[in-house]
Amino acid sequence: MSASPASQDFLFDLVPLQSARDKVLDANNWQEKYRQIMLLGKQLPTLASELQCESAQVKGCESKAWLYYCKIDGNHYYLVDSEARVVKGLAALVIAQLQGKDSAEIAKFDPAHYFEQLGLAGQLSPSRTNGLTALVNGMIAAAD
Amino acid sequence: MNNDLKALFPALNQTLDGYPLCYLDTAATSQKPAQVLEAMDSFYRQHNANVHRAAHQLSARATSAYETVRDSLKEFIGAAQSNEIIFTSGTTQSINMLAWGLTSQLHQGDVILVDSAAHHANIVPWQELAKRSGAEVVPIPLTADLRLDIQAYQKQLDTLPVRIVALAHVSNVLGTVNDIKALSAMAKAKGALVAVDGAQAIAHHKVNVVKLGCDFYSFSSHKMYGPSGVGVLWGCYQELDKLEPMLTGGEMIDTVSFDGTCFGQLPNRLEAGTPPIVEVIGLGAALKFIKELPVEAFDHEQQMLNLLQQRLAQLPQVELYGAHQDNTGAVAFNLKGEHHQDVGILLDQQGIAIRCGHHCAQPLMQIMQISGCCRASVGVYTSREDIDRFITALEDAIDLLG
Repeated sequence: MSASPASQDFLFDLVPLQSARDKVLDANNWQEKYRQIMLLGKQLPTLASELQCESAQVKGCESKAWLYYCKIDGNHYYLVDSEARVVKGLAALVIAQLQGKDSAEIAKFDPAHYFEQLGLAGQLSPSRTNGLTALVNGMIAAAD
Repeated sequence: MNNDLKALFPALNQTLDGYPLCYLDTAATSQKPAQVLEAMDSFYRQHNANVHRAAHQLSARATSAYETVRDSLKEFIGAAQSNEIIFTSGTTQSINMLAWGLTSQLHQGDVILVDSAAHHANIVPWQELAKRSGAEVVPIPLTADLRLDIQAYQKQLDTLPVRIVALAHVSNVLGTVNDIKALSAMAKAKGALVAVDGAQAIAHHKVNVVKLGCDFYSFSSHKMYGPSGVGVLWGCYQELDKLEPMLTGGEMIDTVSFDGTCFGQLPNRLEAGTPPIVEVIGLGAALKFIKELPVEAFDHEQQMLNLLQQRLAQLPQVELYGAHQDNTGAVAFNLKGEHHQDVGILLDQQGIAIRCGHHCAQPLMQIMQISGCCRASVGVYTSREDIDRFITALEDAIDLLG
């Protein structure tokens, strides 16, 4: 039996995450955008080493990324960590949008539109090796 | 000089997010000069027909153009005869075809020595051959500075029943160069066959297969300024003629009946089906391009690689891997404590194209105890300005990751 996080681990404070997301939105050059993305990644909890395991790994990503999912009171919660800072930041952008939402809200989430708004449409392409597409699909599928 | 060369490559003349493209991924695939594109375009417009079916003028013209490239390749690599040149889809197919063709010559207990720095395309086909034949794949170790360990190699040749030695001419990750002439002589002294993956050497070195003394040499057109989809397996006639064909069908036969089929002669015997005709024509134009380059172009390319190594070595945050002055084409590095993918993403924002990952050489990554690295690689069109821009962009990335 592989380890899994406790349910309270999923209930971290979302306010700093959401304000950091707004800074990504407002950044007016790529340096500032990626600086904010990496800072955003730091807002996500770090997974304990025993949770950084093969069974939780998101495939299709050049760097290792791990995804955990939990349903609490009918709402959907995620934990994501990655060894690459930009990937973790991109994952945090998705968590900022999906954490604690109900199924109807998750079904309405349009990742292409969201990343377009953030000026990051290119990062969502399946031809990229950052694994963002696989990660987002995994998060949506987990809630299904 | 090489800014004039750069102007010959249409794809190099573009901007990405407002930054001019800085292409340092030639080891993955080289860009193509306009003359290669034009040769392919004009072939399709004026001469297109299937080859070796010369009942009409167009086919005769196509066949002649196609076979002329075989002759040019023979000259280019110093082969003894044109029918030692087999067209394949690229190095991967060349090595697969070779490993398949050797199946009946390998037996239980035979050893296949494989370069630890080899690309997966020069490892996996040998593992599959080992499964089919009962032979064993044994890696040739590397020294601490990531060169092939010659002493260990000699010991392996002395103590193991080695039938085949599979080497990279140039490592696709590190750019380190194997002394194929010496390594081949050592293997031949023990009666082993020597197969060389020349994919990363062919655009940079003057290759003469006879002088190298190996039995087989494989390379891809797309890494030598030619189109993708075509490559070469060269073998000395005596050994090439013993290979069983991996692909059978049209073109490769002498006679076919339901009572039995006779295979044709080399090279057709190993070229079943309609070949990549226009790609071969494009490769012919690429050969002409390389042959007409002044010798200074290659000196310049080596200077650019050494400049890259030096500039990277000056950054305290950079860890270099096996970066020797006599390397060819590529330099591998990481930023200490940073993931190679972050570096690649931040460079990409600035129009810098490099490769980040395991580079299809996972055993080498295991030896180096890293999950991956960044690789910058050069071609004849690489300029001093490219290196300056890359280093500035890398400094920006270091600052951002700070």
